[in-house]
Amino acid sequence: MALLTIKNLSVEFGPQGRAFRAVDGLDLTVSQGEIVGIVGESGSGKSVTMMALMGLLDGQGRITADTLNFDGQDLLKIAPAQRRKLLGKDMAMIFQDPMTSLNPSFTVGYQIIEVLKQHMGLRGAAATARAVELMEMVEIPAAKSRLDVYPHQLSGGMSQRVMIAIAIACSPRLLIADEPTTALDVTIQAQIMDLLVNLQKAHNMALVMITHDLAVVAEVAHRVAVMYAGQVVETGSVARLFDHPAHPYTDALLQAVPERSHGARRLSTLKGMVPGQYDRPKGCLLSPRCPRMQDRCTTERPTLTQHNGDGVRCFFPLNAEVAA
Amino acid sequence: MSTVVLEAKNLTRYYGVTQGAFKPKLQVKALNGISFQLQAGKTLAVVGESGCGKSTLARALTLIEAPTSGTLVMDGQPLDTASSAQRKAMRSKVQMVFQNPYASLNPRQKIVDQLAEPLLLNTKLTAAERTAKVHDTMRRVGLRPEFAQRYPHMFSGGQRQRIAIARAMILQPKILVADEPTSALDVSIQAQVLNLFMDLQEEFNTAYVFVSHNLAVVEHVANDLMVMYLGRAVEVGAKGLIFERPLHPYTQALLSATPSIDRSQRRVKIKITGELPSPLNPPSGCAFHKRCPHATPRCAAEEPLLRPLLGREVACHHAETINPA
Repeated sequence: MALLTIKNLSVEFGPQGRAFRAVDGLDLTVSQGEIVGIVGESGSGKSVTMMALMGLLDGQGRITADTLNFDGQDLLKIAPAQRRKLLGKDMAMIFQDPMTSLNPSFTVGYQIIEVLKQHMGLRGAAATARAVELMEMVEIPAAKSRLDVYPHQLSGGMSQRVMIAIAIACSPRLLIADEPTTALDVTIQAQIMDLLVNLQKAHNMALVMITHDLAVVAEVAHRVAVMYAGQVVETGSVARLFDHPAHPYTDALLQAVPERSHGARRLSTLKGMVPGQYDRPKGCLLSPRCPRMQDRCTTERPTLTQHNGDGVRCFFPLNAEVAA
Repeated sequence: MSTVVLEAKNLTRYYGVTQGAFKPKLQVKALNGISFQLQAGKTLAVVGESGCGKSTLARALTLIEAPTSGTLVMDGQPLDTASSAQRKAMRSKVQMVFQNPYASLNPRQKIVDQLAEPLLLNTKLTAAERTAKVHDTMRRVGLRPEFAQRYPHMFSGGQRQRIAIARAMILQPKILVADEPTSALDVSIQAQVLNLFMDLQEEFNTAYVFVSHNLAVVEHVANDLMVMYLGRAVEVGAKGLIFERPLHPYTQALLSATPSIDRSQRRVKIKITGELPSPLNPPSGCAFHKRCPHATPRCAAEEPLLRPLLGREVACHHAETINPA
């Protein structure tokens, strides 16, 4: 039974009638103990999806969905006060830039204890002890003395550890990590990914990793959803998707990674860029850039065809047996 | 053909840091004895974590900042003995592309003016000739010349980086220093920009110094590689050699930490704990010894120097014992 079920989620911005669809008919399920990667380029709607799920879009965006279900609760109907009880407790989120997501005016300890007070009702020495325990869990050295430190006194990697400590403070069932390592160096990235995966295993959390770094997803995730211009264009297990991509966009992304150049001087590229608000094509959203484009693609939008847990949104997929 | 266009000899750059009114000044050794040679048409990649001195090196090479000691020889002209007129001439031979194309272009100036400015300052071309050259260069980097009258905000990140590259290449410099030129870009745009770099190098035989922390990108573009740690080079040599068999423990850790999309390419992760130490208070001996899995008492006492080993240079006391033949 899935922990999180999203069906046909759309998010629109701007005036009715000529609104911009940042997320368009997105389906996603996440089970307990599963790591799901969401990859896509900037503007593909991956962050907006998770902001909508967390209820962080706050009036600016219009959210519609057939189902938005977390652990048996319908997030569309739930009262704001009840939703607040879920956020930070059962569903937690880590953001991209640790330097800006911590409050610079409060100590690290205060910010960790704030969550414990709010959701667990811990006070005084018990809260402090738990905060130290959490900081030790995220491998912050000299945890006790770091309680009284302000965010500017910490490095990027340490700040991200504090963010993770805050996120896991109430043992969430679902952790959403939005580009958790993009702002960090590779050796620190490896440490943080290691930490996240260990915590995920220890607590049997569901982890949703949003990233544009295909290699990070390839290493840690079980399942992947590839997004393009607000739509999921392909989903599948990591092994299948990276070895036998079915959607031309997935294939192009993988080919563009320098690692796949195999000594060639030029990398294969996808011409053009992600369509914006006013230049979305009538047919398939990828059609102007797609090397496999045919007449049908310019007039008709493909739907996501599901087959054995794999999904592809393409009329003419590669490795056709997958999409059959 | 192997003309050396850029040579750094024992380059250092120190910054003074004030601690407070009555405390002694501290010194940050941002660059601590960097030497290399770069040939025309070749690419030297400089890798390392933030704070290792990569960007200070880029600033020293582009003559934005003078080195504290050591010297640069550019196209046969040593920097320390150059007159101010010679220095000015040297400056137009080395150009730079910055990391963030959203910050490196003037938002209030049209593209045509930003691209023509180097020509205005350094050449005697007429206005018409300058415009023709701007259009030509724009075409060369894959931008439509009709866009010349536009402002930077009307372009996407990838296009802006193309403009920044056009501005750097318009004087046809001998050397191009690129400081993390693709780290702000998406994968598919990164591939387009990297291809542009490679094409331009082929056409103009420009030497590149490519500063990056992304080893996958470096493996693609570089001929030679310099791995830096806390202001020092720890391993220098041909890219193929180092990627095939890194000898310094830090290079090994960096390579193993880089995630890979292909399972067959994945290396065993070498766990290094901790973070880059503060350059204000660097560890004694080898700067890496506190994070190094192979450290011995000797590493804390004695600073290793770069020495030749298996076709490249390594600064590690125990390179042989760590990497038995």
